Amino acid sequence: MDIIIYGTINSVALALYALGFALVYGISRLPNFAHGALYVLSGFVAWSALNILGINYLLSILLAIAVTAIVGSVIYQFFLIRIRGMEISEIIATYAIALAILEGLRWGGFKGMTYTLPPFIEGSAAIGGISVDYQRLLTVGVGAALVAFLWLFTHKTRIGLALRGMAQDERAALMLGIDSDVMAVVAMGLGSSLAALSAMLLLPLGNIVVESGYNVLILAIAVCIVGGLGSWAGAVLAAFIIGFAQILTAVYLGSHYQMVVALLAIILTLIFKPSGIFGQQKELEERV
Amino acid sequence: MKEGPILQIQEITKTFGGIIALNRVSFEVGEGEILGIIGPNGSGKTTTVNCITGFVKPSSGRILFRGKNITGKPPHKIADMGLTRTFQIMRPYFSLPAYKNLVIPLFSPRARRTGGWRGGGRRGDRNTVGIDILEEIGFERDSYVPFKVTSTLPTGYLKRLELARCLALKPELIICDEVFSGLSMSEIASMVPLIERLQMSGITLIMIEHRLRELFKVADRVLVLNFGEKLVEGSAAEVMADPRVREAYFGSEKVEEVMRHA
Amino acid sequence: MTTGTHQRRKERIDRGIKVRTEGIYALMSWRELVYLIMPRFVIIVGLLVAPLMIPDMYWQRVISIVCIYALLALSFDFLAHQVGLVSLGGAFFVGVGGYLSAVLNSVFGFAALLSIAVATLIGGIVCTLLLLPCLPLRGVYFAIVTLMYPLFMARAIEALDILGGTDGIMGIDSLPSAWMEQYFIIGMLLLFLFGMRRLVNTDLGLVLRAVKDNDQAVRASGMNITSYKALAVFIASAIGCFAGASLVHIYMWAGISTFALDFSVLPIAATVIGGSGTLVGPVIGCLILVPVSELLRDFGTLRIVFYSLILLAFVVFRSEGLMVYGQRKYHQIERWKKI
Repeated sequence: MDIIIYGTINSVALALYALGFALVYGISRLPNFAHGALYVLSGFVAWSALNILGINYLLSILLAIAVTAIVGSVIYQFFLIRIRGMEISEIIATYAIALAILEGLRWGGFKGMTYTLPPFIEGSAAIGGISVDYQRLLTVGVGAALVAFLWLFTHKTRIGLALRGMAQDERAALMLGIDSDVMAVVAMGLGSSLAALSAMLLLPLGNIVVESGYNVLILAIAVCIVGGLGSWAGAVLAAFIIGFAQILTAVYLGSHYQMVVALLAIILTLIFKPSGIFGQQKELEERV
Repeated sequence: MKEGPILQIQEITKTFGGIIALNRVSFEVGEGEILGIIGPNGSGKTTTVNCITGFVKPSSGRILFRGKNITGKPPHKIADMGLTRTFQIMRPYFSLPAYKNLVIPLFSPRARRTGGWRGGGRRGDRNTVGIDILEEIGFERDSYVPFKVTSTLPTGYLKRLELARCLALKPELIICDEVFSGLSMSEIASMVPLIERLQMSGITLIMIEHRLRELFKVADRVLVLNFGEKLVEGSAAEVMADPRVREAYFGSEKVEEVMRHA
Repeated sequence: MTTGTHQRRKERIDRGIKVRTEGIYALMSWRELVYLIMPRFVIIVGLLVAPLMIPDMYWQRVISIVCIYALLALSFDFLAHQVGLVSLGGAFFVGVGGYLSAVLNSVFGFAALLSIAVATLIGGIVCTLLLLPCLPLRGVYFAIVTLMYPLFMARAIEALDILGGTDGIMGIDSLPSAWMEQYFIIGMLLLFLFGMRRLVNTDLGLVLRAVKDNDQAVRASGMNITSYKALAVFIASAIGCFAGASLVHIYMWAGISTFALDFSVLPIAATVIGGSGTLVGPVIGCLILVPVSELLRDFGTLRIVFYSLILLAFVVFRSEGLMVYGQRKYHQIERWKKI
């Protein structure tokens, strides 16, 4: 029973990490290696707003999400747009941005155990005899709501449809009057705010440390590869597979081995089904 | 031409998601013949080529090359057996001089094993052999055209370059995916004898074409595809006479016109 | 720019001497010969003389470190710009080579040079095998997997407490003498650099570049692109492992820091600054960046921020790099022309 509960919570966390990455990659084919950095950045923005500026918690969360979204869009608008479509440069540039943010934060003194965000709600509930704190339950709830929201957003709104059009065929989208540069900036902003949102939900469960930037990036990528790069439904499913696999290894093999799960998942996926779970039609594209 | 078939396609089917691109298509290609494959856009011509050459795995069915099953083998193994293709959207190495394009196929295991084009792959300098092949295929002898950077060459030369890339491998069968399309009348006029010369040198050819008039000049047999299914197979005249072909493909007046020229 | 509205364009013309030195005729005059040989001469002699010019032990050590990074940058440049595989984890090669050599030396008692040689070979094979699953796929997968390996290795060593855990493996033999150490690494750098330049211009190098630019046509020519990529990865990772193994013997210690980010980022930055795809450019980039990074040692992780920002600026705004710029200035005259 506890495996199911903790597995679910872990899976939702993974899905939250991955959604932003999957969104940006799906729409503008940009492997955003700065995803984890944006995640950590938003945590520190919220912390600073809360503790240094002394703003109300809810406001500082909103501020953090807004700041991260703006940072993401600005990065795209001023740097990445110039190297759009040049895969080698994109990879190097986003990686450089990630390192600049993360190592800059580390240098700026944001390390150690002192940085924590308070949970929204204290207390815990008992489910099937196991006590689960409200923050974790909230995470699951918001995660589910977010997936539903994203689905509605991309299927019902104009911008969402434009984004989806671009994801499917950029040239066709251009001909239909969708400005792909603007849409890519929007996608990056949206992806960054998703990173921030997931940080706001998940960071109160632990400390804010720079290392988690790398962890989040790796887990996000692992989930996306297993699910099929760019496929959101795949990402959610893969999050559950990896999430449960992690909890099971932690329970039966020891938590040391937990980190191997993500790497192993990637390698096995690449060997047996490179296009991921939801990538039937894309098999051709992925194989060069 | 009376020897056994060099290539046998047995009921291949290919689906992309829910779309059926090829539906149980079967045909055979005889040794040394030229088979033309025609059909309206989206009828599955290029998918057929991709299935035969291994760039796409057929969903079901078998493909035999010289009696050996090559279904689902990777493209490089199939090319290594001597079954080569040109690309409809030409894929030369744009940044290199034209003759350097041929150094790459001449470096391949097949060219080194068989000697490649006239044994040149085994002889020392691949650059010289590359230039020889280009001259053979219609790049002006003693001009600087073979040395020009590929991206500056006009389409006619690029199409020849695609063929040259196949020839460098000493192929037994070449699948030409629309070598005539995009060429001017005079360029086609000079291409036709080239194709005939290839056939005389013992190479079997499959030609996917939209330019029917020229195709009918060179093709021994013609196969018509429509919506992923084989419609008719036979000589040019038989195919043209078939009412189903008229209906599916040409529209009735146009047939008369094409027939007059063919 | 002086009078506003009229337009100008930049005209670039090859210098006369450049044209004269193309082909055999260069042999006919000293001037032309010097023009041809000068750039190579400056690099080779510069590297060989540098340790003699700098008596300071600390900076002599820095020269060795420059060479280590230059080897890594060379390997990155070769993979990224000749084969199209971006490796974000140079540290992985360093770590594998370093730990292998350390184990061979301290556990099996191999002599320093022998253990470097064996670690280079075995390391190359191990890295190639570990990276094999992502080779048939698009380049982004390779980048992702190479990014992950060094992070995982470092954490695995830490968590499982193998290979000396956080303390690392100590008491590794250094090379026989300080001068030998210095010139061994400089010599190997020059060897790999010019060997690589040779390789890139052979038919095999041409095929590798074709794999990068036009993989479908290579497949249609009957060549297995995965095996060519694997060959290239083997060459690059062997160079990286060699660098790592040498590093371990210089410091006489192998630890988790061989998987550190510096080894992944600095070579990339050096390559981009020096000139992508030129092979010499990365070496020049290291000659600039590594000493600067030594000067910034006190700033800790700020150094990484510094390389990353330079890297970003160069990738986005000045993608040609110093080497290409220098080559242009050396070979061509530039002037503005009115249209």
